[in-house]
Amino acid sequence: MSQVHVHTKINGDTTEFLCEADEPLLDVLRDRLGLTGAKEGCGTGDCGACSVMVDDRLVCSCLVLGAEAEGRTIETIEGMADGEKLHPLQQKFLDHAALQCGICTPGFLVAAKALLDHNPDPTETEVRYWLAGNLCRCTGYDKIVRAVMDTAAEMRGA
Amino acid sequence: MRFEAPTTVEDAVSLLAAESGMARVLAGGTDLLVQMKSGISEPDLVVDIKRIAALHEISEEDGGFRIGAAVPGIALGEHAGVKAAWPGVVEGTELIGSTQVQGRATMVGNLCNCSPAADSVPAMAAAGAIARVVGPNGSRDVPVEDIAQGPGKSTLAKGELVDSVLLPARPDHASDAYLRFIPRTEMDIAVVGCGVNLVLDANGTCTDARVALGAVAARIFLVPAAADALIGTSVDDAALDAVAAACSAAATPIDDKRGTVEFRKKVSGVLARRAATIARDRAKGTA
Ligand SMILES: Cc1cc2nc3c(=O)[nH]c(=O)nc-3n(C[C@H](O)[C@H](O)[C@H](O)COP(=O)(O)OP(=O)(O)OC[C@H]3O[C@@H](n4cnc5c(N)ncnc54)[C@H](O)[C@@H]3O)c2cc1C
Ligand code: FES
Ligand code: FES
Repeated sequence: MSQVHVHTKINGDTTEFLCEADEPLLDVLRDRLGLTGAKEGCGTGDCGACSVMVDDRLVCSCLVLGAEAEGRTIETIEGMADGEKLHPLQQKFLDHAALQCGICTPGFLVAAKALLDHNPDPTETEVRYWLAGNLCRCTGYDKIVRAVMDTAAEMRGA
Repeated sequence: MRFEAPTTVEDAVSLLAAESGMARVLAGGTDLLVQMKSGISEPDLVVDIKRIAALHEISEEDGGFRIGAAVPGIALGEHAGVKAAWPGVVEGTELIGSTQVQGRATMVGNLCNCSPAADSVPAMAAAGAIARVVGPNGSRDVPVEDIAQGPGKSTLAKGELVDSVLLPARPDHASDAYLRFIPRTEMDIAVVGCGVNLVLDANGTCTDARVALGAVAARIFLVPAAADALIGTSVDDAALDAVAAACSAAATPIDDKRGTVEFRKKVSGVLARRAATIARDRAKGTA
């Protein structure tokens, strides 16, 4: 099978890769580009652990083909912190103990950032619905929701 | 497998028509990629239609709206004009999956996947939506309820794709609604889905209606008896009782772990009654 040659921009860096025609973007990120922040929980769009932004839309990278990324702009969890300086969401997740095993955390952070970028003042109900596609087996969600609400309040004040 | 991303509908049709093996259109991929991963679908050619600029458009046509096949759910929900004219179609589409799925899933993909439980399709069928099918022999217009033949099987011929769906013009005092029953509040497959679309006159009498059911037969279908129960009435309790009875009678569901036949028939009526009430109140501007 001939591979597809893809040119893209990931977290601001121009990137090229070769992939199989039926290879999910998630596998490209993790296995070819060493960006292992996005996780595979299910591979079928149910858990959100693989969440990334493609051209400013939140998507599951397990349900995008690598070949589709040609010319697109991709943002992953690896681009969220500014060097050593954590994004306010990352800091609040730590402050609120909104993670235990951490597998779901990159997906929650990418999804929560997409929410706050588009709605800086969400209600708790809006946060819960927006994050309904992100599953967590450990925390029971409450701490995650509180961390997101608290970040939103802080960022509005800042 | 080969991957192609043509930039015109003509090129997409040529690629699909020329493939000797199995060819599949890729829109949002939220059904197709899951089916490929599980081995249910093993295409030799995948044709991504998202590079076709025209298919990303929502345009006004004859007072209605033409929705391109590459428009994801989230973009439909962001369109104030469609949302105002066809709130039921938009709410049906917005029920599809999570925020992540909404970023990709298209209404047309929901239609072409031919699941009997597809959430946008009863709403589209109630709306009288028309799919534009383009193929090697030109284009034809098909009512959305005639796209599916049965679960996972469409009436499209080799080389054909759906280019767009037309939501027709809206008279005054008209609206629609879609409701589904699932055991939780998000992220589940409809046990029953119901779309109701109705037109009132200035006095509040129903002059036209369409009612469609999902997940209670091998295909999504219209219930003419339920529409007839609305037309000529003020959509009062007696009419709503008749709508519910017509929908319960028309449902021919299967028994499975998600709902018994008896339950699904009953819920078909309950949802039809509620959706008709919402559509009526929206049409009157009191919702
Ligand atoms: C986590 C998750 C939750 C979901 N929840 C729901 C839900 O609540 N309700 C619901 O109804 N569905 C749900 N789905 C299913 C799916 O998201 C929808 O059916 C969606 O609308 C499919 O659209 P798509 O653009 O992703 O289609 P694709 O996966 O790209 O295509 C679906 C099928 O249609 C064909 N096709 C697509 N576009 C065309 C075209 N223009 N012409 C001809 N053929 C075409 C493809 O070849 C394929 O066979 C869910 C899926 C996931 C992964
Ligand atoms: S791995 Fe993509 S949604 Fe679970
Ligand atoms: S912290 Fe373990 S799954 Fe969420």
